[in-house]
Amino acid sequence: MDNLTYYIQQLLAGISVGGQYALIAIGYTMVYGILRLINFAHGDIFMMAGFFMVYASASLPLYMSIPLVLLLTVILGVSVEKIAYKPLRQAPRMSIMISAIGVSYLLQNFATYYTGGLPRPYPVIPFISETIVIGSVTTSWITLLTPVLTLALVIGLVFLIKHTKIGMAMRAVSHDFETAQLMGIKTNNVISMTFVIGSFLAAVGSILFFTKYPTVTPIIGAMPGLKAFVAAVFGGIGSVPGAVVGAFVIGICENIIKSLGYTTFSDAFTFVLLILVLLVRPSGLFGEKSTDKV
Amino acid sequence: MSTKTKTIISVLLIALLFGGVWLLEQTLPAGSIVLTVLKKGAIFSLIAVSLNLLNGFTGLFSLGHAGFMLVGAYTYAILTIPQESRAAVYQYYDGGIIDFSLPVPVALILAGVMAGVFAFLIGLPVLRLKSDYLAIASLGFAEIIRAIIQFDGFGPITNGSNVLRSFPVFHSVLFPFAVSGLCIAIICMLINSSYGRAFKAIRDDEIAAEAMGINLFMHKEMALVTSAFFAGIGGALLAMFQMVVQARAFTSAMTYEILLIVVIGGIGSVTGSIIASFLFIACSEWWLRFLDMQHYIGDFAVPLLRPGFRMVVFSVIIMFVVLFYRRGIMGNKEFSLDAIYNFITGKKRKPRKEA
Repeated sequence: MDNLTYYIQQLLAGISVGGQYALIAIGYTMVYGILRLINFAHGDIFMMAGFFMVYASASLPLYMSIPLVLLLTVILGVSVEKIAYKPLRQAPRMSIMISAIGVSYLLQNFATYYTGGLPRPYPVIPFISETIVIGSVTTSWITLLTPVLTLALVIGLVFLIKHTKIGMAMRAVSHDFETAQLMGIKTNNVISMTFVIGSFLAAVGSILFFTKYPTVTPIIGAMPGLKAFVAAVFGGIGSVPGAVVGAFVIGICENIIKSLGYTTFSDAFTFVLLILVLLVRPSGLFGEKSTDKV
Repeated sequence: MSTKTKTIISVLLIALLFGGVWLLEQTLPAGSIVLTVLKKGAIFSLIAVSLNLLNGFTGLFSLGHAGFMLVGAYTYAILTIPQESRAAVYQYYDGGIIDFSLPVPVALILAGVMAGVFAFLIGLPVLRLKSDYLAIASLGFAEIIRAIIQFDGFGPITNGSNVLRSFPVFHSVLFPFAVSGLCIAIICMLINSSYGRAFKAIRDDEIAAEAMGINLFMHKEMALVTSAFFAGIGGALLAMFQMVVQARAFTSAMTYEILLIVVIGGIGSVTGSIIASFLFIACSEWWLRFLDMQHYIGDFAVPLLRPGFRMVVFSVIIMFVVLFYRRGIMGNKEFSLDAIYNFITGKKRKPRKEA
């Protein structure tokens, strides 16, 4: 195979992975922007979306199972917030983070129990998993579709945040939680809305991710989850475009490292990047500088 | 109670504990689940207390503990594999490049020292960060350590992603009890020293502590290195308990489990962490085992019971503790003879100055 072709293929794969990370990263960055919480369970919600698809497609046609998966994931995300995070709103931030870790532990154990710990094959979605040849580059539809779909969803989301009433409320709450509450914004609704959006995008990301990744296992959510979080930090936590840019950078770099033959280090690279960013520019690429008040 | 009587009672209690453990070991069959729980519980006590030193006493929310345990376990295993077994263990790397093996106590201390050195280096960049970033950066470092150890290029030392085995292990329950007990005693002495008070001051209010002249960075670094040192020894003990060690097992899920033990015991309580470790291990290895097996009441098969259900019940219990019983078993109090004495004699408790 020609060298150039090989690199183009790797680049395309990287962009596609980046798009999937971006969809997960938005959930992290929005929740952090509003609740100042690293939602450790977000990666597991992504994993659960994978399992919903496995079980839904076993008995339903595709045009019904995909909306059902999106709906179930949103319900799961919002109920996690209502059950595990809402009672701790006044508690120290460490408690709510521990609660998130507990939810992640619970979801992983539940998935292990329900599936018997065996990896489940992900259903083949026709058309998007077919291969396509452009010139000398062989790739699949999903690789081309992912970045397009990601960008479309992100543009929609940015429009929602910038130009609608709920978006304005979100920006207000993320700027100052208490003042926003005093101004009559129903913060609980805003938080629920954040989780709806985050879980919905994680479900879309999961469909795209698992189409290329043949099986779903209970612990599969952890790594993509952490990487998406790093992407969110890299882009400036709280900023949606930042998270997307960060996710594409991580996805592309990871694939370049893999293609150079250092697969062991492709995961470690993400964290090296995280630490470099935190040292050089803790507020990330697009983040606002925050100062601590006494 | 006078200090003298307290010392005598404490010594007696410790002797009684060790005597009891010894007696159990003599009477129970070798493979008994009780002995397994005691061994593993003692090891996890040490690891949980060392994490508590960071999270509970210094207020640094670190999630890198699995990494430090990994360093400790590997250091111990690499340094103690007997020369004659090296060829078999390092079969893919021509017997490795290390051709000596150290006695167990030296290797245990070196395991701690190596973990401490890693922690020192990690602390230089990471400790400047604020709470949540610190958590995620330390988690990231643990992943980096794991990737480095599994890297093929270091195979002659670390055996790549293959298991390490054949190193000396312990058979008696008394060994982990003695090592963990000694280490926990040292941690307690540190907590009660002036350094320990500085740690607590940093936890309660960083800015006020700095204004009082506490060198924030030095004390944080010290807490991290100490915690990692004992986590390293704990990791080495865990390797001895498991008899084999492989880097793949030391994931962030392991750190989460230890963190949950600390939370159940009470953040900021050494005795709480110890009690919670034994409870946690006993529940996961022993008391909840029946949930994994199919049971019948007459002809009726009890629903839901099958492998894995134990962990689901277990995580639900943990969520209950986290949500509704946030202070854990001990809160930030310690088990003390005075409190028991006063309780038995019915004396009113003197209002104690809470540290």
